[in-house]
Amino acid sequence: MANVPAELKYTREHEWAKVEGDRARVGITAFAQEQLGDVVFVELPKVGAKVTALKTFGVVESVKAVSDLFAPVSGEVVEVNAELPRRPEVVNSDPYGAGWMLVIRMSDPKEAAALMSAADYEKLTAGAGH
Amino acid sequence: MTDDHSATPLKRTPLREVHVKAGAKMVPFGGWDMPVQYTGIIDEHRTVRSAVGLFDISHMGELEVRGPDALAAVQRLCTNDASGLHDGQVQYAALCYPEGGIVDDLTVYRLAADHYMLVVNASNIDKDWAWVTSHSEGRAEWSNVSEQTALLAVQGPRAEGLVGRLADRDVTGIDYYHFVRGTVAGVAGIISRTGYTGEDGFELYVPAARAEALWTALIEAGRADGIKPIGLGARDTLRLEMKYALYGNDIDETSNPLEAGLGWVVKPAKGDFLGRGAIEAMRRTGVPRKLVGFEMAERAVPRHGYRLLADGHPVGVVTSGSFGPSVERSIGMGYVAAPHAAVGTALTVEIRGAQHAARVVKTPFHPSHTKKA
Repeated sequence: MANVPAELKYTREHEWAKVEGDRARVGITAFAQEQLGDVVFVELPKVGAKVTALKTFGVVESVKAVSDLFAPVSGEVVEVNAELPRRPEVVNSDPYGAGWMLVIRMSDPKEAAALMSAADYEKLTAGAGH
Repeated sequence: MTDDHSATPLKRTPLREVHVKAGAKMVPFGGWDMPVQYTGIIDEHRTVRSAVGLFDISHMGELEVRGPDALAAVQRLCTNDASGLHDGQVQYAALCYPEGGIVDDLTVYRLAADHYMLVVNASNIDKDWAWVTSHSEGRAEWSNVSEQTALLAVQGPRAEGLVGRLADRDVTGIDYYHFVRGTVAGVAGIISRTGYTGEDGFELYVPAARAEALWTALIEAGRADGIKPIGLGARDTLRLEMKYALYGNDIDETSNPLEAGLGWVVKPAKGDFLGRGAIEAMRRTGVPRKLVGFEMAERAVPRHGYRLLADGHPVGVVTSGSFGPSVERSIGMGYVAAPHAAVGTALTVEIRGAQHAARVVKTPFHPSHTKKA
């Protein structure tokens, strides 16, 4: 069973969001990186870009697959993980830590409240993928 | 992440349960339920380059032909010249349609002067069987022994030591593209110095019923060598770094061997064979497009079907691409119009609507370490 931290919020598309005041830090879950396999490239928007909840904001590529990344919340990108172009493999080794992708300044904090809880996300992934 | 919803049940190799128990991620491949990875593609790839890896490639097909006209049948079907082979020798070749397109690529084993084995791609077994049996003449009897034959590949710099310790004979004297009959861990079969990785190693053809015994013995005896089971994911990145063609990706019924860079296995001087006229016509008029290797300026991954452009104009298509774990950059193969095929040519790959810089490079991408004669 993949690791699902209780304090995070989740999307059905396997992104996590960590709410920090009016900001949300975003990445993909341990389950997602396991399914993808070795991550070799992450394509992210630039700081200042606008993202929309449940719309794609980028792409993660593993050796075998290309997968869209979906924004958990709407808002403006205020930080991008500058380590990922050099070391995309941290998405595999530390998906909830060094593998974070974006920080979004939320335009509508209610969106974050509507995301899945850890318990619900765990139910979603239980039995899937194997 | 795609699921296979096709109604046909997937075929299984004799080792399928062993892979599941070992924690492999199983995927559909050419109609087979196959391990794509165990620990991870990059880790497995590097294990083969630096130590030794064990592959189950029992999905490959084995077609045998026997009889006084067996050689004549092989000569008529294959582009290469098998007449100079001696017992215990292997040859790479293609089967072609009269129009020059490729039915399959394969290896030809001379078991005896009147007995050959053709090793073909898993997804093409039925098609190849129909092709060879309908285009064979004279006293040549065909048999499809694919189901009763398991095939294990032991590849990497420590393969020779490992197989040598378990074999009933010296294997150091087996040259590249040669084989002997012998036993490994008490399992009798063919010990062939061939592979699809660019490393030294062996492919072991054994009865399906003995596959698990051989697999287990190799894993146990190879523990000190750092052996790991290797899935199809790493098999693909290993062959890509060598620019070995994969049927269905880089070559198919629409590609001519000359375009694919396989002119070296086309031997028109041997006499007539299927496809000869069309291939020779292309040789005379010029090859319109060529299969090249290219590397990306950055890490975005080129994939099968992406467009290749030069100066903003479409000039070709990507046939294979990946991050290359040994070359540590994104690499690919693709067909480009002949004027753009020279090493050093600047191209772009269209990835999700954006142009990403690439350059035609010398291949193989990674130096080959197969045994030299």
